[in-house]
Amino acid sequence: MRRKSRRFDPRLTPHFKLLTPHSYLLTNHMRSIDGAVLDLKRLDLLATGDSVIHRLDARAKVLTTLVFIISVVSFNRYEFTALFPFFLYPVVTASLANLPGGYIVRKIGMVIPFAFVVGMLNPLFDREVLVRLGPLAVTGGWISCASIIIRTVLTVGAAFILVGVTGFLAVCQALEKLGTPRTFTVQLLFLYRYIFVLTEEGARASRARELRSCGRKGLGLASFGSLIGHLLIRTWLRAERIHMAMLARGFTGEFHSRQVSAFGWRELCYVAGWSTLFVTLRLENGAQWLGRLVTGLLS
Amino acid sequence: MHMADALLSPAVGGTMWGVAAGTIAYSSMKVKKELDDRKVPLMGVLGAFIFAAQMINFTIPATGSSGHLGGGLLLAVLLGPYAAFLTIASVLVVQSLFFADGGILALGCNIFNLGFFPAFIAYPFIYRKIAGREPSKARLTAAAMIAAVVGLQLGAFSVVLETVASGISSLPFATFVVLMQPIHLAIGVVEGLVTATVVSFVSVARPEIIRGATESVSLGSLPLRNVFLSFLAATLLTGGIVSWFASENPDGLEWAIAKVTGSEEVGGAEDGMHAMLAGLQEKIAFLPDYSFKQDAAPAEEGVAYAGEAKADESARLGTSVAGGVGALLTLALAFIIGFVLKRQLVGEK
Repeated sequence: MRRKSRRFDPRLTPHFKLLTPHSYLLTNHMRSIDGAVLDLKRLDLLATGDSVIHRLDARAKVLTTLVFIISVVSFNRYEFTALFPFFLYPVVTASLANLPGGYIVRKIGMVIPFAFVVGMLNPLFDREVLVRLGPLAVTGGWISCASIIIRTVLTVGAAFILVGVTGFLAVCQALEKLGTPRTFTVQLLFLYRYIFVLTEEGARASRARELRSCGRKGLGLASFGSLIGHLLIRTWLRAERIHMAMLARGFTGEFHSRQVSAFGWRELCYVAGWSTLFVTLRLENGAQWLGRLVTGLLS
Repeated sequence: MHMADALLSPAVGGTMWGVAAGTIAYSSMKVKKELDDRKVPLMGVLGAFIFAAQMINFTIPATGSSGHLGGGLLLAVLLGPYAAFLTIASVLVVQSLFFADGGILALGCNIFNLGFFPAFIAYPFIYRKIAGREPSKARLTAAAMIAAVVGLQLGAFSVVLETVASGISSLPFATFVVLMQPIHLAIGVVEGLVTATVVSFVSVARPEIIRGATESVSLGSLPLRNVFLSFLAATLLTGGIVSWFASENPDGLEWAIAKVTGSEEVGGAEDGMHAMLAGLQEKIAFLPDYSFKQDAAPAEEGVAYAGEAKADESARLGTSVAGGVGALLTLALAFIIGFVLKRQLVGEK
């Protein structure tokens, strides 16, 4: 009762009429915190879908993703064309699982600039000409830069798709069944459960601080220290309450899930099928093979 | 400082996975042994706290730009090394899966670079030694600052080593070091300052939290020898296994060492373990006539490796445009297959 009356005390609510253009700009940043949390939720919610891929045991999907990533990154740095056939895996999986393609592509797109910044250094240091396409001389640096970007798209895409078709909880359970210590998987599950609670709390605190500071003033280290300190103390008290609640409910250090799945024939075929394809594509340049076939037919 | 999969070779990524997995297993065992089940929710919630704290920015004094907390050292101060290491590792797992902040194969590297150094080096050997039991504010700030700087410098240096050993980026070792270390010196100073501010705030508001954390691990009880031994075992095991068959460039690390030390092999490596592994590699290497083995020969020559691989590659690349045509075709094909599959699914519903 007391909390409720406090929440509606007009003296404690922010004075929105006093918002300056400056603090209006700051709200963009606040939205970005909430946006990041929403994005996290959306990716995990995709895993609630029901499809051939979703129904597979999580271990099969984790293992296939690992084989895929290792195959992709095991190419040498000047490999470019042979990487393209690997797009088959993310595209087919995302389609079979009916994931929203635009959303996944946008999420991958957000990472590409970082890959580009790293890859951009290669053309500066590696200027030896490797390929001549008519008058155009392509240096090794540009080829390896392009290779880095394609690698990024493939590996990052595979990670997002893994979460999108499996869900974080199932990934954790798969990790445990594959031999990860229980202490660590319980830690992952706890962390994931409270990320939403604490980021929302953090976003509220941060919003309050930004609304009270005009422009840059007041956003310094002093207010940050006490804000984070308060958040930390609240977090600590929350952990103590959770511990009490756990004891009261007889928690024994194990999370139980309703979903039961087994690693059967279907999973075996899935892992073996994709892995065979990845290894084959790793050894034979599928793109070159197809290209030769087509250019041979045309000439 | 998060590394991405795209810059990593399977040998380096796999080895670091082994190292990280070994340390996680060891830390899990340690945490379990402590039998303090209050720590279970505490670690989870503090991990989420780090997540939230990283999203809140502050203005960096005298520069006008904004920064955020890294949190490794803060977690070590609050939880002790083992629990802190597990918590940092769990945060990195979530970041790699949901935000592509560091790749899945690179997870081992990232856990090692961002978790091992603050939890097992900077905290026990620097922070604890300087801060002691009841530090004054100046002492606490100094301890946090030095510990954060050392932790980040070591982490940044290990990023450089891992990247150079992987051989995907063409950035020369020296240039990379000159780029990375000063940036992380600045980041370390800020991180130390923030950690000190938060720790001193909490020790005023709720002294029992900080005091409880410092008392839970006594100073002499960290058997670092065990940690290092388990590392060594994990490294040898996975490094050996992974480089037999996963690697394009099995001697990438050696190549990096050759570049750094100026000699081709670290003394005495030719006989003993190395020779044995090399012999095994000869025998086990499947696909003998593919590039795995072709590359092994130039790699023996140490520094000459990069050039040789390039020449070899240019022969392959220069031969045909077919590759380019094929690449576009396969890409188109992949998307057409995807489109058809999706259409069918929608049709079924």
